[in-house]
Amino acid sequence: MTPPAPETARALRAAYAAGRLRPSEVTNAALDRIARRDGDLRAFLHLDADRARADAIAWDARYARTTPPEALPLLAGIPVAVKDNMCTRGVPTTCGSRVLDGWRPPYDATVVTRLREAGAIILGKTNLDEFAMGSSTEHSAFGPTRNPWDRSRVPGGSSGGSAAAVAAGYVPLALGSDTGGSIRLPAGFCSVVGLKPTYGRVSRYGLVAFASSLDQIGPFARDIEDCALLLRIIAGRDPLDSTSADVAVPDYAAALGQGARGIRLGVPAEAFGPGVDRSVAQALRAALATFEDLGLPVEEITLPTIDAALPAYYLIAPAEASSNLARYDGVRYGLRVEGDGLIDMYAQTRRHGFGPEVKRRIMLGTYALSAGYYEAYYIKAQKVRTLVARDFERAFTHVDVVVMPVAPTTPFALGEKADDPLQMYLSDIFTIPVNLAGLPGLALPCGFDRGLPIALQLVGRAFDEATLLRTGHAYQQATSWHLERPPEA
Amino acid sequence: MAIDPKTVQHVARLARLALTDEERMRFAEQLARILEYCARLDALPIEDVPPTSHVVPIVNVLREDVVGPSLPRDEVLTQAPAHEQGFFRVPPVFESE
Amino acid sequence: MGDSHAISYEPVIGLEIHVQLLTASKMFCGCAVTFGAPPNTLICPICLGLPGSLPVLNKRAVDLGLRTALALGCPVHPRSQFHRKNYYYPDLPKNYQISQYQYAEHPPLATNGTLDIGRDGGRRIRIRRVHLEEDTGRLVHTTPAGSMLDAGAASLVDYNRSGVPLMEIVTEPDPRSPAEAREFLLALRRLLQFAEVSSGRMEEGTLRCDANVSLQQPGGPPGTRSEVKNMNSIRSVERALAFEVGRQADLLARAESVVQETRHWDERRGVTFGSRSKEEAQDYRYFPEPDLVPLEVDGAWLEWVRGELPELPAARRDRFVVAFGLSTYDADLLTATAAMARFFEDAVAQFPRPKLVANWLVGEVTAYLNEHGVELDQTTFTPARLAALLRLVDDGTVTGRIAKDVLIETIAQNVDPVVIVDARGLRQISDEETLRRIVDAVIAEHPGPVAEIRAGRERAMGFLVGQIMKATGGRANPETANRLLRERLGR
Ligand SMILES: [Mg+2]
Ligand SMILES: [Zn+2]
Repeated sequence: MTPPAPETARALRAAYAAGRLRPSEVTNAALDRIARRDGDLRAFLHLDADRARADAIAWDARYARTTPPEALPLLAGIPVAVKDNMCTRGVPTTCGSRVLDGWRPPYDATVVTRLREAGAIILGKTNLDEFAMGSSTEHSAFGPTRNPWDRSRVPGGSSGGSAAAVAAGYVPLALGSDTGGSIRLPAGFCSVVGLKPTYGRVSRYGLVAFASSLDQIGPFARDIEDCALLLRIIAGRDPLDSTSADVAVPDYAAALGQGARGIRLGVPAEAFGPGVDRSVAQALRAALATFEDLGLPVEEITLPTIDAALPAYYLIAPAEASSNLARYDGVRYGLRVEGDGLIDMYAQTRRHGFGPEVKRRIMLGTYALSAGYYEAYYIKAQKVRTLVARDFERAFTHVDVVVMPVAPTTPFALGEKADDPLQMYLSDIFTIPVNLAGLPGLALPCGFDRGLPIALQLVGRAFDEATLLRTGHAYQQATSWHLERPPEA
Repeated sequence: MAIDPKTVQHVARLARLALTDEERMRFAEQLARILEYCARLDALPIEDVPPTSHVVPIVNVLREDVVGPSLPRDEVLTQAPAHEQGFFRVPPVFESE
Repeated sequence: MGDSHAISYEPVIGLEIHVQLLTASKMFCGCAVTFGAPPNTLICPICLGLPGSLPVLNKRAVDLGLRTALALGCPVHPRSQFHRKNYYYPDLPKNYQISQYQYAEHPPLATNGTLDIGRDGGRRIRIRRVHLEEDTGRLVHTTPAGSMLDAGAASLVDYNRSGVPLMEIVTEPDPRSPAEAREFLLALRRLLQFAEVSSGRMEEGTLRCDANVSLQQPGGPPGTRSEVKNMNSIRSVERALAFEVGRQADLLARAESVVQETRHWDERRGVTFGSRSKEEAQDYRYFPEPDLVPLEVDGAWLEWVRGELPELPAARRDRFVVAFGLSTYDADLLTATAAMARFFEDAVAQFPRPKLVANWLVGEVTAYLNEHGVELDQTTFTPARLAALLRLVDDGTVTGRIAKDVLIETIAQNVDPVVIVDARGLRQISDEETLRRIVDAVIAEHPGPVAEIRAGRERAMGFLVGQIMKATGGRANPETANRLLRERLGR
C-alpha cells in the first residue's frame, strides 16, 4: 500500500527524520501516482525512475544512520521535478522540441547540481512549450499538458509540466524557467506558488536559452515556506554564469519569521484595466482587503509604460531567440534531416525540427535584427525596456511591493488561442514587464472562479525576494486558497 | 507595416528555415499583425532614453587563464548525427557556400 | 602583368589581421589552446556551443588586447561590449561568433591607433580598431590518414580551435602599395612578438591577413574593391596584392568593371580566383551579447598593463646601441625578431663580450638561418651553446676557422659544441713537440720553397704555413707554427 503523499517538503523531511516515512516509500508512491495519472495529464516528458529509486534507497540508509537526521542536507530524499529545458547529464533534455529529440547532455545545469547536493531526488523532466515559447504548454512537440483542475483547460506555460506536477501532488517542489511569465502564469493557472527571481539571482548555466537577457530559473511549491526553502538552494553567484550576481543569499525561510509588518503595497491602476476578467479583478480587490486587514498599507500607483512592455518584449525576446536557436542545425547533436547539400540540410532540419510558434518567433526576431530594422525595432524596444524599469523604480520609491494579477483571465480551453498568437501573448501582459525590468515576481493562489484558479502577483525590488516571500507568507497564513486541491482523476 | 512573401522568403533564408508556400503566406500575415502591434512603440518619447541590454549593472566578470578539463570525445561524438574518425561529418561545404 | 596600366591608378589597400593570443586556455572556457592535438579532444560544452552553456571571458586575453592597444597607441574605450555576429557555417558551433562591433553605445576594445613602417618612421599607417573575438573550428576535406574523400562527399569538422582567443586589427586604407602592406605586416608582427602578445606565425595561422584592394585615380572616386583571402605568408600577401592590383588595372584598361567579391589566393599558381557560387550580401545581425556583461577598463588597469608591457623594438634597439656599444646597423639586425634580441641578451649574459656575440649572430648564425630558411626560435640552438662555442675559441681550444664548422654542426645536430670538437678531434694543436715534427716533415717535403726562403724570398713562408695547416687539418696554432718554422729555417 502506498502512503499518502505529505503536502510539503518540510513535512516530508520531518516524517523522514521521525522515521515515520522513508524516501524510498515516498519516491515509489510518487512514481506510482505518475504511472497512474500522467498518461492523461502529461506533466512529465521523461522519468529517471531507476536513478530516483536508487537515490531514494541511499537516502533511506543515511536517515537511518545519521543522528541527528537534521544534519542531512535540506532536501535529503525529497522528490522534485525539473523542467525539460535544464540540462541533466545522461538524461534526455528535449526542450519539448523534435530538434533535440534524444539528446543526452554531457553535463548538468548548475541548478541540477545544487538540487542533487541538497539531497533532492530528481524524478524526471517536465513538459513545456517548445523552447519555453508559449503560455499554454500546447506548443510542446510531445503533446500538451492538461490543467489538473480542469482537464479541458491549459495549465499555462511555458512551465506547464512543472506547475501541473506540483498541483497534481506528484512532487512538492519543481523548477521552472520564466522569460515572460513562464513560471508565474502556470503557477497561477494551476493554483500553486511560483517565483520568478531577480535576473541574475539564479545561475542560468545549463538552462537552454530562449531569450538570454530575460530568462530566469525559479521554484514551484505548494506554499511560500517550501518556495523559500527551494529558492535558498538554487540562488547565488555561479562563476559559470557571467550574469549571475554576487549578492548575498539570505535564509529566506528564517526571514518569513519576521512577519510582514511595515511592508507597503502599491496597486497600479492598470491592474484593473480593460481585458481583465471581472472575477480576476474581484479576487484582486479581496486580496488587497486581506492585506489591509493584516495592517499592510495599500496605495494606488501607476505604471504608465506597462502597455508598451508587451510589444517591446515581442521584439527583444524573439531577436535573442533567433540567435540562440541558430545552433540547432543538425551538425553536432539532435535531429538532422538530410537535404540537397549543406544549406538545404540546415533548412530541412530546422523545418522539421521546430514547431510553428518557434518558427514564427525565429522569423520575427531575424526580421527585427536584420539590416535596416535594428534601430527601428531592437534598439527602440531596448529603450522602452529602460522606461518600463524606470516605472517600477519610481513606484519603489514609496512602496515595497507592487501587487497585480498574474493573468487577466482564468485558464483558457485547450486550443482556444492556438491559432491566434497575439491573443495568446496577451495572457502575459502583467508578467512581461517584470522580466523586462529584471525584477522578482511571486505568483500565489488568491481565489477561484467556477473552479478555475485565480492568482496574485507580488513584484519587488531587485534581489529583494525576501520581502515578497514575507508578504506572501502573511497572506497564506490569513487565507486558505493555497490549501485547495484539484479533484483526483 | 506590410510584409510581402518575398521579404518573408528573404528572412527565412537568413534563418535557414525551409517554408512551404502556405507557411510563407501565413507568416507574412501574422508577422505583419505583430509588427503593426509593435508599432505602438513609436508613440513613446524615447529619443534620449538609453537602451537597456543588461538589466543588472554587473561589469568585468572575468576568469583567470587556467586550463580546465575538456569532454571525452566519444561522449560528444555519440550525440552527433554523423561523425568520422574523430571529426563531425557534414555535407560538403564548397558546393553550397 | 598590368603594371603599365596600374600607373594611372593608385591602389587603395586595407588590411584586416587576425592574431591568435598567447593564452593557456580559450577565450570563454578552460579548454587548452594547443597546436596539433587530435581532432575534437579540446572541446567542452562552452566552445562546442552546447545548449545551455555560457561564456566567461578570459582575463589574460583582455590584458593582451590592452597591451596591443597601448603598443599601437589606440585609446582604450572605458566601456566596451561583446556582440554576436550571426551567420551559418559548420565551423561555427553556435552559428554566431562572439565578437565586438562599433555601435556608438557599445564600442570595441580600442580604436584609432597608428603604426610607423620603414626606417625612422618612414610612413604612418592608421589603425582603425583593435577588438577581441573567438576563433572558429577548422574544416578539413581529407581524413587524418590523408586519404582523399570521394570528391565533394563531405566536410569534416574539428572544434579544437573553436573559442581560441583572437584579436582583430583593422587598418585604415593607408598602405599605398603591396610592398607597404608587406612592410606593415612585418612591423606589426615584430611588435606583437616583442610585446609577447602572439607568436605571429602566418604559416601556423597564429597571424592571418585578409586584404581589401581597389584602384582609384588620383583625386577620383573610390573604386570597387575585392577582398583577398587565403594568403599564408607575408610574402604571399604582397604577391597576391600585386596580382590583384594588376588584374584590376587590366580590367579598367579594357573598360571592364571590377566586381565586388571575395577572391582566394592560389599560392602555387600565383593568382587570385573568385568563388564560383554567387555571393549574397552578408547580414550579420549584430546585437549586444546578453551572456557577457560590459567590460570597463579604468586607468588603474591600463597602468598595470603598461607596467607589464615588454620592451618594444625601437626601445630595445636604442638600448643595444647604448648599453652594448653596438652599431645601429647591428642593433637593427639583432632586433629584427624578438627571438634574436632575446637570444643576444641571453648569450651576452653568459659570454660578456657583446660585440663578439653580435658579430657571430649577425654573421655566421644569420647566414645559417637564411641558408636553411628557418627562424632562430625554430632551431634547437641556445644562447648557452653560442657562449660555450665562443669560450672554446677564446681559450684556444679551437681555431676561429674550425669554430665556424662547429657552429653549423652544433645547430644541425642539436648537441653542445664541445661534443662536436671532441668527437671530431678538432682541438687546436699548440704542443711544440708535435708541431716541430710536422714542421720538419713539411721542410723535408718542400726543398724548393725552403731554398727560396733561405735565399731571402719571404713570400714562400706563407706557402709553408699553409702546408702545416693542411697537414693538421687547420688545427695547428698559427703563432706557434710560424715561430717554429722560422727557428728551423734560422730566420
Ligand atoms: Mg573577425
Ligand atoms: Zn571549451
